[in-house]
Amino acid sequence: MSERVAVLEIEGVWKHYHRQNVLRGIDLSVDSHEVVCLIGASGSGKSTLLRCVNLLETIDDGAIHLDGTEITDVRANPDDVRKRIGMVFQAYNLFPYMTVLENITLAPRKAHGVARARAEEEARDLLARFGLADKATAYPDRLSGGQQQRVAIIRALATRPRLLLLDEVTSALDPALVAEVLEIIRELKESGMTMVLATHEMGLARDIADKVCFLDGGVLLEQGTAEQIFTDPREPRTREFLQRVLDARRI
Amino acid sequence: MSDPVSGAVTAPVDGKAWVKSDRQRERERLRRRRDLRSSSIATASTIVFFVLVVWLFTASPGWPRVKETFFDLGQFAGAFPDVLRGFLLNIKIFLIAEPLILVVGLLVALVRNLHAPVFFPLRSLAVLYTDIFRGVPTILVIYLVGFGLPALQLQGMPSDFATLGIIALTLSYGGYVAEVFRSGIDSVHPSQRAAARSLGLTHGQSMRFVVLPQAVRRVVPPLLNDFVSLQKDTALVATIGPLEALRQAQIHAADTFNYTPYLAAALLFILLTIPMARFTDYLAARSQRRRGM
Repeated sequence: MSERVAVLEIEGVWKHYHRQNVLRGIDLSVDSHEVVCLIGASGSGKSTLLRCVNLLETIDDGAIHLDGTEITDVRANPDDVRKRIGMVFQAYNLFPYMTVLENITLAPRKAHGVARARAEEEARDLLARFGLADKATAYPDRLSGGQQQRVAIIRALATRPRLLLLDEVTSALDPALVAEVLEIIRELKESGMTMVLATHEMGLARDIADKVCFLDGGVLLEQGTAEQIFTDPREPRTREFLQRVLDARRI
Repeated sequence: MSDPVSGAVTAPVDGKAWVKSDRQRERERLRRRRDLRSSSIATASTIVFFVLVVWLFTASPGWPRVKETFFDLGQFAGAFPDVLRGFLLNIKIFLIAEPLILVVGLLVALVRNLHAPVFFPLRSLAVLYTDIFRGVPTILVIYLVGFGLPALQLQGMPSDFATLGIIALTLSYGGYVAEVFRSGIDSVHPSQRAAARSLGLTHGQSMRFVVLPQAVRRVVPPLLNDFVSLQKDTALVATIGPLEALRQAQIHAADTFNYTPYLAAALLFILLTIPMARFTDYLAARSQRRRGM
């Protein structure tokens, strides 16, 4: 990384749900080619933060900037913003009535106006790259969980997003299948993709994260390098959380 | 960063309390302005639309004549009590027909879902039933049942035309409703059935306790749609004689060569279907809310 270019800047973001504060003044900056992992207990606000970045939720205060422009501006077109961001969900959210190829080419063709032939060619290239070349015409229900999640990641990549958001993408998978998905994420890091991941996989966070953020009760309590967070956390709450994860032998 | 004070998610973790920022205040002001603008555009366009429609009708060359034959207040008042009395029969017909249709439809749909070879005769009978009664126009079914069944002169066969009308409507709509139920049943993901069977539930039990509850919730809007349609089609029973709303209106219209009584009947039907339509909307909104949209 020669120069630091902020892709995503989150500034004092608040989000309330039913009079509960789910996010309380989150500040976070993600540079180009940087991989940021959000860790924290369930309900700490990781997923909500990702959904806010993708404008699936409206924030109640603060601002989010993508490439220097405010995307939470009332006059900003959410569709244009989302075209520049890819998102992968915990439950895959593939369209069950479409084949793998149709799932992947839908957004390039309809939202980005890419010609069918080219969209399909690119989709097949991506499928080949991630070892799914023979699944192009299969329907999602016919695939294993790991394969489905890989297709979901490819679907998010097909539009060449500036930023990729991954929301606990391995939580619904068994350990054997987790590996194949993590493999993809590692490869994406190699290729320089800017990513924000909410994850329970501390191993992954330690491996690939340039920055690890610990969320607790909607507050970004601590952020630092993976090394610093995992070996020498400053906050007692972070220590407590990591200890609990360790006890559960998830690390 | 200050020290965390408590572990509860609801309590301020490090004493941070929300104070609305100027940025948010400005954003809300812009949002309000945008909402105001879009609602004024909506209001204005609605008014323009209705003014145009009214103008189109009243400015047409035949309007005075139409006004006289369709919108005669005196005729309306004269025919209304009779039409209303007839309309009570329409209400009676569909109130009796609706539960019967639900039972017939559900039974036929369930039979079509029995896949064991023993049930082949039953299953093909169900297929035949839906094919025939969805294929034949409702008004023909009413004629055939209304005049054909009594002609058989069977013991205990009802000869009352309203009852025969109910039978005909039930047969006709049972076919539609069966298909609605069947599509609902088919739309429940196979994994749900697998989960139920894996718990040791029989085919019938998993149908009753797992598949149907989901299927029925999904098909409530199309079912109510069919019932709105049924409410109107009770007027078709007029063709075999009972003095329901349409028949009463016909009698009055034939007396005076004025069509206002038809308008009275139409008004009553609308008054009946609108609550049903709003009820459908309400159910749809409720299921949306439950899914957390």
